Amino acid sequence: MVEGKTKKEKMPRQPMPEQEAEIRRRNFKEVPFGYTRELALKEASRCLQCKNPSCVEGCPVSVDIPGFIKLITEGEFTKSIRKIWERNALPAVCGRVCPQEAQCEGNCILGKKDDPVAIGNLERFVADLEREKGTGELPPKAAPTGKKVAVVGSGPSGLTVAGDLILKGHDVTVFEAFHKPGGVLVYGIPEFRLPKEIVYSEVNFLERLGVKVECNNVVGRTVSLDELFEQGYDAIYLGVGAGLPRFLNIPGENLIGIYSANEYLTRSNLMKAYLFPEYDTPIVKGKNVAIFGAGNVAMDSARTAMRLGADKVRIIYRRSKEEMPARAAEIHHAEQEGIEFYLLTAPTRFLGDDKGRVTGMECIKMELGEPDDSGRRRPVPLEGSKFQLECDLAVIAVGAGANPLLTRSTDGLKLNKSGYIITDPATGKTSKKGVWAGGDIVTGSATVILAMGAGRMASDSIHNYLTLGW
Amino acid sequence: MFEILKRQEMADGTVVMNEISAPLIAKKAQPGQFVILKANETGERIPLTMADTDPKKGTITIIYQVVGKSTNLFKSLQVGDHFQDVIGPLGKPTHLEKLGTVICVGGGTGVAVLHPITRGLKQIGNRVIAIIGARTKDLLILEDKMKVASNELHVCTDDGSYGHHGFVTDKLKEVLEKEDVKLVVGIGPVPMMKFVCKVTEEYGVKTLVSLNAIMVDGTGMCGCCRVSIGGKTQFACVDGPEFDGHQVDFNELMQRLDAYKTEEAIAMDKYSCECKAAG
Repeated sequence: MVEGKTKKEKMPRQPMPEQEAEIRRRNFKEVPFGYTRELALKEASRCLQCKNPSCVEGCPVSVDIPGFIKLITEGEFTKSIRKIWERNALPAVCGRVCPQEAQCEGNCILGKKDDPVAIGNLERFVADLEREKGTGELPPKAAPTGKKVAVVGSGPSGLTVAGDLILKGHDVTVFEAFHKPGGVLVYGIPEFRLPKEIVYSEVNFLERLGVKVECNNVVGRTVSLDELFEQGYDAIYLGVGAGLPRFLNIPGENLIGIYSANEYLTRSNLMKAYLFPEYDTPIVKGKNVAIFGAGNVAMDSARTAMRLGADKVRIIYRRSKEEMPARAAEIHHAEQEGIEFYLLTAPTRFLGDDKGRVTGMECIKMELGEPDDSGRRRPVPLEGSKFQLECDLAVIAVGAGANPLLTRSTDGLKLNKSGYIITDPATGKTSKKGVWAGGDIVTGSATVILAMGAGRMASDSIHNYLTLGW
Repeated sequence: MFEILKRQEMADGTVVMNEISAPLIAKKAQPGQFVILKANETGERIPLTMADTDPKKGTITIIYQVVGKSTNLFKSLQVGDHFQDVIGPLGKPTHLEKLGTVICVGGGTGVAVLHPITRGLKQIGNRVIAIIGARTKDLLILEDKMKVASNELHVCTDDGSYGHHGFVTDKLKEVLEKEDVKLVVGIGPVPMMKFVCKVTEEYGVKTLVSLNAIMVDGTGMCGCCRVSIGGKTQFACVDGPEFDGHQVDFNELMQRLDAYKTEEAIAMDKYSCECKAAG
């Protein structure tokens, strides 16, 4: 027993092979290649199989992590993916984009002295293997209940609800405003971090289970919630995302070449502007690029700009490196790819030419003061520190607000003062009977997995409602 | 998939009308609202204000000017062909109100957008004077429909080949001199709307314009269509497309509409070559 344990601790965490930074910074192919079977077996063997696994506590959808890893060590890859599917309908996505260091891996006991088990990499491995070489056999489904559920929004929380409820025998239709399903997984997260083929394959998996997906339907405009009820839907889940870009509100912000991150990424990812002119949607290809903000979306924007041929990409952030909200892996990848960080710097106005195109900006240096409401030290402008920087493309990635399109056109839906939907924290129920909500439209901008966690909670509650009542 | 049921070329083939099957949109759409269309898998999302709808037939009508790659691609679609994606109805409907005498001014394909608004304003009990114009007679569209939709119609051509010789703004001034006008609706090319607003500002008459900003999602998610209204940024897709013309920064709008001029030329060149190669 003691011997076994020592042996396990000696095995180092297996890094995932990836494209060299010098090469990948100019292409849109996925950065990591994924584990081979050998690497996965080695990494899985590091798991201590804790009796009371704290990794599971760190997972917003409570995947049985030691369970699926044990099945990997036994070479039971199909059983392993099925174990994950019990709790998570989108493992190929989560294995790639979850902030594991703050969740499962952050709780891993091995991490106290050594590197934690690479849970995300292992999840990705079994999900990819199933997609590429698996049996395609679907998980078991309950008998039809005759109840109809409408899921509004096909992002991570909506897909989670759809996946849960279809397995429980309900009739599920997902409504998507865009022409393709996937929500932020498709319009927001770039190809090099999450290949769209993977998202479509996860959506296809749900369709094979019986979920109907209706694109080009802007619920709130094309059809209202009350009309959905009239059409015979018994319950509605709103997972529409935050969906309102935040700007800096400084002079010159409407110059050409200044994008919200939503627009920049939607053009590149959903509309495939990075393949222009093969695809018709254009995008400004800056040589000298400024990105404002330091979250995952800012990193995605910066790395996209680099791949579109920029000479220089700067992340401009008003706080210091410690406060940057992006995943550690994203910051690391961005640094490797030559993205520069201008910390403790805030823009004060944009400068443009006579054609209305951005040519630069004026910035001011900041210092950190007392902690603010978020617990992070508040940046304070340093008098007399203004300076100018050139740029021909600027992307504003400072977060999002609540898009009012659906919420304001729906009677009986209580919103907080910022416009987010108020829900019961234990069930996801809104103030409107038969309507649940979750994800960014409730919490404000968060992560894929938190949205999925909210979806899981709501789907449990919806199932109770459909079988027991409100 | 959204099938084209009717197709008609107008203005020497520079303008095309499509009646498209889109029952859900047709049921909901109101005057002033727009749709976003995407022809095929690789296509762009193009916003167009609807020229008409028929909820019973489940159809919407769009009338567009053929200018670049995307509208040329639209033009290549025949009856029986499909738009891959049509999304809507988007934007705020026109606020129709009985005010008295109102003027509807339209230029180019703007007349197509103006037509349902003109009809709506008349139906609600206004006396509607319509002024429509084009560069030359052959480019004029919807004269007959506008005649029916309004109480009084004036036609202008820049070159004098038909109707009043001159700009719509000349005629507008003339009418404003004579009549007690409560509202002007001006829809057309941005320079036309700008000058309509200049004229009406002198007479102190409230003026609505419909802004055709570049868009991506059309639901307020991206901010591509931001316009300056009274010095404040608004989104044409959800706050508009109609705004108080006296508050609009038309120069900024004109510049932003030219944002992708270079890319548009590249796309158009490539498309022309492909069309030639295909014979």
